Amino acid sequence: MSMKHTAALAALLLVSATPFARAADKPTDPQIAHIAYTAGVIDVEAAKLAIEKSKTKDVVDFANDMVRDHEAVNVQALDLVKKLKVTPEDNATSQALSKAAQEERAKLAKLEGAAFDKAYVANEVAYHKQVNGALETLLIPSAENGELKTLLETGLKIFQGHQQHAEHVAGMLK
Amino acid sequence: MKAGVLIRPLAGALALALVASPALTATIEVTIDKLVFTPASIEAKVGDTIEWVNKDAFAHTATEKGRWEVMIPPKSKGRITLKKAEAVDYFCRFHPNMKGHLDVGP
Repeated sequence: MSMKHTAALAALLLVSATPFARAADKPTDPQIAHIAYTAGVIDVEAAKLAIEKSKTKDVVDFANDMVRDHEAVNVQALDLVKKLKVTPEDNATSQALSKAAQEERAKLAKLEGAAFDKAYVANEVAYHKQVNGALETLLIPSAENGELKTLLETGLKIFQGHQQHAEHVAGMLK
Repeated sequence: MKAGVLIRPLAGALALALVASPALTATIEVTIDKLVFTPASIEAKVGDTIEWVNKDAFAHTATEKGRWEVMIPPKSKGRITLKKAEAVDYFCRFHPNMKGHLDVGP
């Protein structure tokens, strides 16, 4: 593990524990595709929980935006892996992400009303921050294929937008 | 009552006159590609139309906070006709990191 990766991973660890910390070695393109897709699915699942549970229009609207955008990114990702004849490969990072997300969803599922709204939106801020950090420091620099790199870069801009959007919604809930 | 009858054809003539002079206004195109407004800054005049052409697979908006919002669906267009001379900073409400600027002259 290079110094650069060590620093990047240390930064990620400050944001949230474990998931990306296991990606000690440079991920391959099939692994990167799997991680990016998994990250999108996780956010869609969290959003669907919010649509089901929240009664706050700003929160439900935000969740609908997340479903729409992440599903659109993942359609593009699937089209690309098909075109490149790459089979996304499950890996420790994807598994750690899924496990952390499952725990977070279980926590959120127990909350109601304003407590749910607050926890969901706070997690959206933290989660997008974490994924953006991983995209910037690990996934984009590691991607070999140019088209995959471009899609990840677009994804980064979208997720940075979501982070700001989530921060805005969090501000409104206060 | 009589006045109303008289005014109606007048109003019709006026509307026709307005429609008949489209050469004075322009439609200015702003492209959205990979979450970027291009050109990011536009100079226009009152009466001009801004048309956003969205090449992304994502929905965007052009929004001036608290004032107006144009929805721009994926692979589609959205437009607004400028009514006031002013400088406007706008952004995408879904992705607030997308920013644009309009300088509207009289």
